[in-house]
Amino acid sequence: MNPTWVIAKRELSSYFDSLVAYILLVIFLGLTGFFTWLVGADIFIRKQVDLRVFFEVAQLTLLLFIPAITMRQFAEEKRTGTIELLLTKNVTNRQVVLGKFLSCLLMVGIALAFTLPYYISVAQLGNIDHGATISGYLGLILLSASYISIGLFTSTLTDNQVVAFLLALFTGLMFHFLFDAIAMGLSGWAGEIAGMLSLSRHFDSISRGLLDSKDLIYFLTIIVLGLLLAEWKISKRR
Amino acid sequence: MDIKIQNLSKSYGLQKAVNDISFEVRTGEIVGFLGPNGAGKTTTMKMITGYLDADAGDVTIGGKSVKSGDTKQHIGYLPEHNPLYLEMPVLDYLTFCASVQGMNKAGIPDRLRKMVRECGLDAEKHKKIGELSKGYRQRVGLAQALIHDPEILILDEPTTGLDPNQIVEIRELIKNIGKEKTVILSTHILPEVEATCDRILIINNGSIVADGTAATLRKQAKGQQVLHVRIEDGEQNEVFEKLRNLPSVAMVDFLDREAGRFEVQSQQEATANREIFELCVKQKWALTEMVPFETRLEDIFRDLTLN
Repeated sequence: MNPTWVIAKRELSSYFDSLVAYILLVIFLGLTGFFTWLVGADIFIRKQVDLRVFFEVAQLTLLLFIPAITMRQFAEEKRTGTIELLLTKNVTNRQVVLGKFLSCLLMVGIALAFTLPYYISVAQLGNIDHGATISGYLGLILLSASYISIGLFTSTLTDNQVVAFLLALFTGLMFHFLFDAIAMGLSGWAGEIAGMLSLSRHFDSISRGLLDSKDLIYFLTIIVLGLLLAEWKISKRR
Repeated sequence: MDIKIQNLSKSYGLQKAVNDISFEVRTGEIVGFLGPNGAGKTTTMKMITGYLDADAGDVTIGGKSVKSGDTKQHIGYLPEHNPLYLEMPVLDYLTFCASVQGMNKAGIPDRLRKMVRECGLDAEKHKKIGELSKGYRQRVGLAQALIHDPEILILDEPTTGLDPNQIVEIRELIKNIGKEKTVILSTHILPEVEATCDRILIINNGSIVADGTAATLRKQAKGQQVLHVRIEDGEQNEVFEKLRNLPSVAMVDFLDREAGRFEVQSQQEATANREIFELCVKQKWALTEMVPFETRLEDIFRDLTLN
């Protein structure tokens, strides 16, 4: 078996063994379900057959949810010293990073899979735009992968899980809100660059059903950069 | 597989942890790595496993440099504080280690059974590692190092924190395993090295200060023989004087004035037994005790590492 997959499997099952997975799933499904179906501008008030509300809430919930699953990945292994044992086994640094990335992505994938009943229910109510919904899910997966990549990198920076969590959350908030706010506040090239860096703008355009290569390149760049930085950081041992 | 260490150096900031050391470990040898805390043992071992990069020099294992990354599958490593995933059950953890080492899936169950039996983990195999006592965790640590049947074992203080019974058990285990493997083990427990190792390396301040078997180290350290004797019926000071005047004796010391016990050190390359006996016969003293005293490894260690 490929070591990347062995590591991913171990990490994933440790989420389920330690209850972390269940707590996060309940919170994620609770929050998204609550706002999609029950409160505020929910589906029944909007009288539109789409999942826009869900996508809005999900991206914010994931912003919190993902640092909570990535924080322990390297920080905890560094604190207990197990990282030394892992890296001296017959694996490369890249396989370790990819294995951990994959386990987090699967964890998010499981959470998103549980929201498919929302899609099915809404589709029963009228003519849903399947294309937009599928690209909305794709957007959520790309956004999650970017946050995971950022979270894994911040987890390599420290042996304290809380620090890793806060760094990941802060970086996520910056990409999500700060660049957007700057883009709105500034005109000219500075505003344009900030707009280009804004994660929420790229996500919005995908979740509206527009699959633009610019958005794909944006997300892939963040993902690859985060993973490379994490790999570089764990290869630097004192 | 042999291990060659050539001109290895490593510094942390301004402090030189390992300073230009070179040695070789032949296939099948068990080498004890000795030294005071902070001498550079752990750093050297981490460089052999490839976890730390050397500032200068190289480690080759079976002719391949550790920098190539190809040597990892031949090494079983037990780090200093035996870090383990405490939330995992023993069997799951060992299965994980076996698969991550790239073992064939079909071969894993058999290997697992063998490891559990050899390391005495049968009663504990379904427990979480965090629930195990220190001795059992150490066995899990050894089992994970051995699971892929590596040709080289690097054990960093494998017996720290164990009780005397466990120490003996782990020592036996290492000795058994070591029959077919190349082993480097570090420790600062001296009897342990004598009990398990073919060869001793003493490292101090990042440099190797001694290399050889326990017997050769003894010979190098002190050429003279030490005797503990007890002589009765004589006047203590007279006995002391007469002993000191024997030609083969270099130094005499009182061990217990009342009981008439002395420590006698002979001249280099000489033995004093006969002369002491003959002296007692001539003086009509009763020689009730004469024990040759081996130089202890502790003394050699202190001589070499206290500057």
